[in-house]
Amino acid sequence: MKKVMMGNHALSYGAMLSRSQVIAAYPITPQTQVVELLSEMCADGTLDAQFIKVESEHSAMAACIGSSVAGARSFTATSSQGLALMHEMLHWAAGGRHPIVMGNVNRSMAPGWSIWTDQNDSLSERDTGWMQYYCASNQEVLDTVIQAFKVSEALMIPAMVVLDAFALSHTYEVVDVPGQALVDKYLPPFNPAIRLTPKDPRAFGGLTGSEHYMELRYKLQKDMEKAPALIEETGLEYEKLFGRYLGLVDAYRCDDAEFVFVTSGTAGFTARVAVDELRATGVKAGNLRIKVFRPFPVARVREVLKKVKKAAVVDRNCSYGAGGIFYQEVKAAVYGQAGMPPLFGYIAGLGGRDITTDSFKEVAADARAKDRADQDIVWIGVKK
Amino acid sequence: MSQDTKKEKKMTLTLPAEELMACGHLACQGCGATLAMRYMLKALGQRTVLCIPACCWAVIDGPYPYSSMDCPIYHCAFETAASTATGVKAGLEMTGDRETTVVSWAGDGGTFDIGLQALSGAAERNEDIIYVCYDNEAYMNTGIQRSSATPYGAWTTTTPVKHFKNRPKKDIVAIMAAHKIPYIATASVSHPEDFFKKMKKAKDIKGTRFFHVYAPCPTGWKSRPEDTVKLARMAVQNAYFPLFEIENGEKYTLNIKLKDKKPINDYVRIQGRFRHLTDAQIADIQAEVDGRWERLLKLAN
Repeated sequence: MKKVMMGNHALSYGAMLSRSQVIAAYPITPQTQVVELLSEMCADGTLDAQFIKVESEHSAMAACIGSSVAGARSFTATSSQGLALMHEMLHWAAGGRHPIVMGNVNRSMAPGWSIWTDQNDSLSERDTGWMQYYCASNQEVLDTVIQAFKVSEALMIPAMVVLDAFALSHTYEVVDVPGQALVDKYLPPFNPAIRLTPKDPRAFGGLTGSEHYMELRYKLQKDMEKAPALIEETGLEYEKLFGRYLGLVDAYRCDDAEFVFVTSGTAGFTARVAVDELRATGVKAGNLRIKVFRPFPVARVREVLKKVKKAAVVDRNCSYGAGGIFYQEVKAAVYGQAGMPPLFGYIAGLGGRDITTDSFKEVAADARAKDRADQDIVWIGVKK
Repeated sequence: MSQDTKKEKKMTLTLPAEELMACGHLACQGCGATLAMRYMLKALGQRTVLCIPACCWAVIDGPYPYSSMDCPIYHCAFETAASTATGVKAGLEMTGDRETTVVSWAGDGGTFDIGLQALSGAAERNEDIIYVCYDNEAYMNTGIQRSSATPYGAWTTTTPVKHFKNRPKKDIVAIMAAHKIPYIATASVSHPEDFFKKMKKAKDIKGTRFFHVYAPCPTGWKSRPEDTVKLARMAVQNAYFPLFEIENGEKYTLNIKLKDKKPINDYVRIQGRFRHLTDAQIADIQAEVDGRWERLLKLAN
């Protein structure tokens, strides 16, 4: 069934179709409609779940950890400052191996107060042990929530489904809503082998000495390494049932491209338009949109980049003192590999400033005029 | 001492013999918090889940992969005893277990200070959990730093003798009463039968139940390990820590009525943490205790 819905509601429908059993959330702009719709669904019985209206995001994640370890599929959503407040519990969820799925609407960090999009909130949580999916359409948001539960529960690793503030969260698009019976076929009930129950009394997360701790984290990394293949496998399975493939990257017109943009989020869809326009002027352009940031799809990135002559990474974020975060990750992925093209790093669109097709053309003009990057960051659209 | 012993001989043991806490735990000698856990579990039984944040009990039950408990434990973050328990209860209910009692088991730091927001949130929502604060009046697990449960006059490693704590202990029970939760009780490790009876009662009440349990700490109070129960009893008998219940935030019931309220002097003088106090300062503490007791008597009438 096709519905016109905002990105926030796509998250809610994803959580509903996944049959989330416990939702604990705290309101924050621009995430609010996610939890408003879910609270309505819980109230009217559309969704058989408990909705816990906690007093902070920190408690939201703590409650999700509690419900997840008790064996219930658990969902929450947040944004920006809320995500930062959760930070401690993000480590807890991943370290405790609780496969919670969380929507995060990318919003710039204060100060100054901003409700507009950039990626510094979610990318600041890069090393917490969560998987991160960056979506570019409302359809992708809904589909990814369902896939994320499947992958997370197989690996016992939590996942963040990320979407841009307003560009997706409050923008209405046509979304094909899958039927519940088919979703149930794709995503069976959550049934963890070990759970918190008096029937099998265990202590979770107790004092762990140096003789054990490292092995626990080694296992987290080893399981994270299984995620790329599992995401592609479950993405194909999703395509068979619903007609839409959910992969690690979205390579657009890259096969014969000489110059590619490397992008993420909705800027990745804007880049496609820029690619088409550049192609019309004779530039063999392409766009590699990175959908999954953690684990980083190193093999897919190498595969695409080794065939092109130049690549320009456009970041909607900044690691202050270093530069664009996707740029660093891409550089790390290709380092030491033979036949890789020169890379160029750009920062654009912080605090919700638009990234337009003109922005991408400016990037293309700059990168194409140079043999190699002459600075770590080229700022696009900044008033200097 | 001989008088106490005589009294104890006359007591009939009514607590179940079953132990859900085994030996092999890591508590200090004379740990009041350990007695508190034993008595609570005797009342609640095995069908109990414990959510334990950072506190002495984060260590006491034993290091990974061991546990001295026959109940499942989730070791949670410092400020999340109430919010984690909220989630556990919801998760158990959604997976078909509506019977298990979910307990937040936290120290005074995790309750009076860093966990107060989550506790207030859970209480306001009337989450179906039992929250137990075992109060040893400072951050004992990290090395005896003051908390907002530390009483006036006490030495701690962050309130040295020259600058001992000069503010009164936070009234956590009054804060919880203001949330109008169905049940609040104070309890002491010196009165296990009273504690047991109230915990049994609490088990059958739905909604947020809060216990403030007095748990002397020889390590932090600089008292003799063998004096733990004695100190706890003195605190009840001198009204420093009276035993009472509050139902729905309004109905106060005194559990131990004091016909002959003892002065606090002896109680203060056998604790090294109060060694520096002058008689005048002890008189100030006495006045504070008397004032609190009078207010409690009015509320309980």
